[in-house]
Parts: sequence; structure tokens; C-alpha cells
Amino acid sequence: MDTIKIQADFPILERTVTGGKRLIYLDSAATSQKPVSVIASMDHYYQNMNANIHRGVHALAEEATQAYESARLRIGIFVGIKNPREIVFTRNTTESINLVAKTWGHNELNSDDLIILTTMEHHSNLVPWQMLATEKGLRLEFINLTAEGLLDVSAYQKLLNQSPKLVAFTHMSNVLGTINPAKDIIKQAHQAGAITLLDAAQSVPHLPVDLKDLEVDFAAFSAHKMCGPTGIGVLYGKEALLSKMPPFLGGGDMIKKVELRSFKPNELPHKFEAGTPAIAEAIGFGAAVDYLTEVGMDAVAKHEQELVAYALDRLDEISGVGILGPTAEKRGGVASFTVEGIHPHDVAQILDGEGIAIRAGHHCAMPLHAILGIQASSRASFYLYNTISDIDALVNGIYKAKKVFN
Amino acid sequence: MDDLYREIIVDRYKNPHFKGKLDAGNISFEDENPLCGDLIRIDLRVDVEGVIREAAFDGHGCAISQAAADLLVESVIGKKVDEVKKMTKQDILDMLGIELGPVRLKCALLSLKVIKAGVYGLKEADDSLVEG
Repeated sequence: MDTIKIQADFPILERTVTGGKRLIYLDSAATSQKPVSVIASMDHYYQNMNANIHRGVHALAEEATQAYESARLRIGIFVGIKNPREIVFTRNTTESINLVAKTWGHNELNSDDLIILTTMEHHSNLVPWQMLATEKGLRLEFINLTAEGLLDVSAYQKLLNQSPKLVAFTHMSNVLGTINPAKDIIKQAHQAGAITLLDAAQSVPHLPVDLKDLEVDFAAFSAHKMCGPTGIGVLYGKEALLSKMPPFLGGGDMIKKVELRSFKPNELPHKFEAGTPAIAEAIGFGAAVDYLTEVGMDAVAKHEQELVAYALDRLDEISGVGILGPTAEKRGGVASFTVEGIHPHDVAQILDGEGIAIRAGHHCAMPLHAILGIQASSRASFYLYNTISDIDALVNGIYKAKKVFN
Repeated sequence: MDDLYREIIVDRYKNPHFKGKLDAGNISFEDENPLCGDLIRIDLRVDVEGVIREAAFDGHGCAISQAAADLLVESVIGKKVDEVKKMTKQDILDMLGIELGPVRLKCALLSLKVIKAGVYGLKEADDSLVEG
């Protein structure tokens, strides 16, 4: 992969930080940077076709609607889904999962029903189910982790014997980097009669993902982690499920017909898109998948695999550094670690002084950190624009932190 | 950057002078910073005249939060509770001798928030205690 050429597509990587240091951005698991084509696509919308969509009959409204719906089609195809009725625009992964909990979950789940989650979930795939469990008296059970940071497959088998109604899990851990065997998990859940939901927030941006092939029932991901803008994400759902679900939010665009005391919901996917949506952002999301398609997701995954393997080797050299999660070939481009005697926030602060952006904290996975017996960790995460020299800078920065604290 | 990790901060983080719990304390309060997971508990022994005779902190977190707690606890011993109520953000920054951005400011001010909630006898600490 030609990283020099790719870096040139991302204007922000040209800027300097903290007293003229080159920006080294290692926080793409939180949000990725945006290529100029994505930014330009949204500028183009606002400068040339800004109009509300679906209802207008004038030229701008037609063009804007076409651009919005074309983005939906391309985003669907990017994840192996040809039917645009199955691609619902939401604000982000979190909203997508909440949508399922508050519509499908509200209708289909009853007292004592079991939901299986994993202990490596991001809060976005945990709290919505906790809220629903409290409301309806549901049971939550968790697939534990092995010492290596992989899902404990035998524990999952045992839980499946309890006839779960839903298995909701992350495709790739945002802390450990662990890539879970989604296809097997989904297949076994279906054999046990459960519906499946995949939190694909970390996988779709970094790996080739074919939701059709996975046969998953619901999947959620966000544009901003995959070169697109903030404020827009997708809920994928099988049409048979989506069509039976009640609407989520009520208002404009989600209706077919309204009378004073009743309404008839719109067709899919508009039934779930109440109000004026994030039009520019949907168009930007479309440009993001075009960009990633051109680079090729196989190439992106391969590049990140090289980076993470190198990063784990280099981090392992540093005494007092503890790496969280499995070996490189079982994970995506995420390396979380602790440094003995130095709090992750202090590590991040000292790295920031070197122009290096990493994440410190619990990364929205507090239960996972509690299980690992730590309060917080530092996380470096990689994307297509990162290089081996970025990782060398990270390692030098960690040595500097150790020097400050010794 | 190196200024941020002045010797006093790293030193107080690694070797705090006032870390622990008071058996004879009569005011104690604990709170955490959800962003970072910093946790601070402060115990005070206040006499009948409202003077703080003993003070200690316990908890875990980053160097800024822990050093600030240690320095704050040291500074309040011998002070009247009413004086603690008047302490501000600037008092903490003066003790640390650094300037901080909004995120790390929360780390630095956690102990002030805790001690104020304690001396005011509040059930919950909130950011208004350390604003301004």
C-alpha cells in the first residue's frame, strides 16, 4: 500500500501540533481522519444542491434526494447488502443499537428472556440492553474471555443451552483488538433460535465485512470511524425483521399518511428515519466508502495487520509495558497497553507533548477493564494512513514517559 | 510538557505524604472522575472550633490528580473549615504550579471537589463546587 500517497489525501496530517511537531495520529479507533474527497463531497452538497429531501419537486430537492439515496446504495454494497430497504441511516452505532432495543426488543422480549452479550462490549452494546432488561425483567448473561483475550467458546455453548432470544456482540474489540469469529457465533445463535446483532463499529472500517455472508440479523456501524463524517451511522436489519418492527421516532418522513388521531408508517427504510436526516453527512459517508473501496479493504486490513504486529513487537521490548489482548494475527489494528508506575493519562499527556495522539482511559469499556483488574489503559490504534515510523515515534514517546517518571 | 510533570508532581505522585485513611476522622467524602477513572477519598478530623486537625486522602489515578490531592490535604491542616469552603480552582493551580487544559483540569480539581462536598456535608459532589 502506498502510504505516502494515502497520507496526501488527508489534509489534517499535514498540520503540526505542540510547538511544531508533526501530528502522529494513533486514535483512529475513536474517530478516523477524513480524506479530502469526503470533505469536498459535503462542501459540494452545501454549495450546489442544498435542499431537503424526499418531498421537494424542485431541481435541488431532486438532486439532493438522489445523492442521499445513492449514498445508501453504495454503503449497503460496501458491506454486501444489495437491498437498500435494509440500510437505515441513524446518528451512529449507539443509536442503531438503541433503535433495535427500543423497537424489536420492546416488542419481542418478555420477562425472564435471556440476552447473551460478551464481557468485551463497548458501553454502546451494553447499556441499551441493561436499560431494556431493567424495564422488562430480562436476564443478561456474558460470554467471558480466555486469558489470551479471546471469547470463551465453551462458555458460549453452555449459555446457548438456556435458549437465548438475542445474541449481541462486538465483531472487534475496541480495547483488545480481538476479532471475534462472527460467522460461527451467529450460526450457533441461529441454531439455538436466537436473533443476532453485530456491533461492527470497529470491524467495518478496518476489515472486509460481508453482512450477507455472515447471515447476521442486525448490524451497526458509524461513518466517522471509516473516513466519513460524524453524526451518521447505519443500522442494517433483515427486511423481514425491520418490516415487523414498530417505528422508532415519530415525525416527518417516517409516515405514509397522517390523520388527527392516527398515522400509517412509511415504507422501509424511511419508517426509521424521522425528521430531516443528516443529508450532507450521508453524502460524505457515501464518499468515504467510495474512497475505501478504491484503496481496497483487503489492502487496508493487510496494512493494519503489519502495523499491529510491528507495534506489539516493539511494545513488548519495553520493560514495564503490559499489552492487553491476543497476538497480532487474532486482532485488528489496536494496541492497548499499560506502563508500570505511570497512569495512562500521564502516558497520553507526555506523548501529546511529542505530537502523538493516543487514547487513555477505559475506552467506553469499564466492565472489561474491571475484569482485567486495571482502572484504565493507553490505546494506540492504526488506520490506512499510519506507518511504521509512527509506531517508532510511539515507542520513543513511551521511553520518554518512563524517563520523566523515574 | 516537561513543565507539566514538574518534580513536585511526579514526586508527590510516587511518594505521597498524606495518603491513607483517618481512624478518628469525622468528615469523609469520596468521588471519581468518570472520564479517567481517577478516584479520591478525603478524610478530615475537625475539632469543635471548626479547625482541621488531621487530614488524609486515598485513591488512585493519574499523577496530576494524586499530586493535587496530596498537596491540597497538606495545605488544609490547621485551617478552618470555612477557609476550605472559600478555596478555588486557582488555589490548586498555584499549588501545582502549572497550567492545564480542560480535560486535565478535571483531574487536578477532583480533590478540591471532594473536600468541599465533604465540608459542606453534601450527598453528591458537583462541578459547581470548583468553578470560577
